[in-house]
Amino acid sequence: MTSIAEAIDTVPAPHYTVSELLAAVSCRYLRGKRRVFAGIGLPTLAVALAQKSTSPDIEQIYESGVCGAHPPKLPETIADASLATGAEAILTMPVLFGYVLQGGWIDVGFLGAAQIDKFGSLNTSVIGPWDSPTVRLPGSGGAAEVMANSQEVFVVMRRHNRTSFVRELDFCTSPSPATARRIDPKVPTRGAGVTTVISELGVFKSDAAGELCLASIHEGVTVEQVREQTGWPIKVLDDLTVTPPPTGEELRLLRDDIDPGRVYLR
Amino acid sequence: MAEKRFSLQDAISTFVSDNDVVALEGFTHLIPFAAGHEIIRQGVKGLTLVRMTPDIIADQLVAAGCVNRMVFAFTGNSSVGSLYAVRRAVEAGGSGKLELEEYSHYGLLARYQAGAAGLPFMPVRSYAGSDLVKINPQLRKVTSPFEEDVETYVVPALNPDVAIIHAQRADRHGNIQSWGILGPQQEVAFASKRTIVLVEEIVDDDVIRSDPNRTLIPGFVVDAVVECKYGAHPSFAQGHYDRDNDFYRSWSAISRDPDRLEGWIQEWIHDPGDHDGYLRKLGDGFFDRLTPFPRLSTPVNYGSVL
Repeated sequence: MTSIAEAIDTVPAPHYTVSELLAAVSCRYLRGKRRVFAGIGLPTLAVALAQKSTSPDIEQIYESGVCGAHPPKLPETIADASLATGAEAILTMPVLFGYVLQGGWIDVGFLGAAQIDKFGSLNTSVIGPWDSPTVRLPGSGGAAEVMANSQEVFVVMRRHNRTSFVRELDFCTSPSPATARRIDPKVPTRGAGVTTVISELGVFKSDAAGELCLASIHEGVTVEQVREQTGWPIKVLDDLTVTPPPTGEELRLLRDDIDPGRVYLR
Repeated sequence: MAEKRFSLQDAISTFVSDNDVVALEGFTHLIPFAAGHEIIRQGVKGLTLVRMTPDIIADQLVAAGCVNRMVFAFTGNSSVGSLYAVRRAVEAGGSGKLELEEYSHYGLLARYQAGAAGLPFMPVRSYAGSDLVKINPQLRKVTSPFEEDVETYVVPALNPDVAIIHAQRADRHGNIQSWGILGPQQEVAFASKRTIVLVEEIVDDDVIRSDPNRTLIPGFVVDAVVECKYGAHPSFAQGHYDRDNDFYRSWSAISRDPDRLEGWIQEWIHDPGDHDGYLRKLGDGFFDRLTPFPRLSTPVNYGSVL
């Protein structure tokens, strides 16, 4: 199996979309992880790709309580009927939130956000003041719980610019554990918070203090470009790399096997 | 056992009043749309709508002027668009007519759990460092009675006036059976002062008694059980009909334009007169493309020595 993949990998990779890049890169960071809390979209693709390549034992747990989903078709929402069909378990909400999340069973939680700051705190509530917002966003949903209870969190940010990577959040919906400890030092926290941010420009990894540092830039992107598009003065890791592009095998799995209808591979 | 069967009109008019705190629950699956539409038809006003995930049904209730306040954790139309009636009522330059009380999922679920269990409050592991505590005074911090250097956030019990939910089946006594994604229905039913359940079908007592572990809510918690086939459309009922994703995708364009939204509510909620009228308007064969292939569970043996 590996030899076929390696043989394909020696062929120059074809063009790929941002979605394909984000899914493939996210998948690589899932190596060695076991239980992943993720919603529909790119995280689902990343987990499916991991299951079919590097991490066959990885399990995805959905907010709707579905575990071990074996959907007959790619689900369109976190509560799609096809997720329940053939699933290994469907948990009730108190079990999912109270025991699975708060009980500390989640290795990696995937989140998205309208805004992220340099410690990985997230805003999904409002742009502008909360009581008279310019834009009302959906709110936390389970994000605050995923942040507070996962061993670590990956954030996928399709758009990377100064309105999404901000010096100061308009509203802190889901605080990083570092922020939580600073404000509420007596409330126990768990996990490392956001350790990995995968954006359209590159990958940030958190340092010992929880600060997100540029670890990798995608093909054709410069550090200067990332600096310009990020609202805080970024630290760049000494061993900064160029993100290896999706391999031929990763693209084949994504395109032909996982999402042939291109539901998420927009 | 008491007979709990009601018509949808009677259930809403008997148990829902102006200014009530009404929880409409269902986590994407089994959303009680038909009940929401009946609330709109009856012109109920001043409601506090409690819902973990206010989506299209909330947009419709807000647009129809039924709701003054919304208690929620995630308000949106999944990944396919916005709820413009909700946004127009809360964003700068809008009507300002809708008050919000914002939680995260577990915060609001824990309020139902405390309400159901008769507890004054419930601790949660969320909210340390969050701005939610600045805008929602219900999120409070207490010191552990067991360790003086440990604090935790707590949420207060919530006991809605009415819970309204949808399920696959029940008997005439209101024993409710459901499968698939279960949402917070059990918690909200036990937490609320009155509970209305719409079901796809009311079945013989024997059917319910053939699988008692599947009873999510016992009849003694239920005030009204309403047979309402396809009453969760455009959401879905596992095994009965799939989600009408085309409708979800179409909602943004309807909701964005206030006149078009008003026209939609007139055409699809008021003019049909009742849920049967709504189904007639959808047309014969409408649900054909949404009807799932059967995937039956293997029966289990509940037998005992005679």
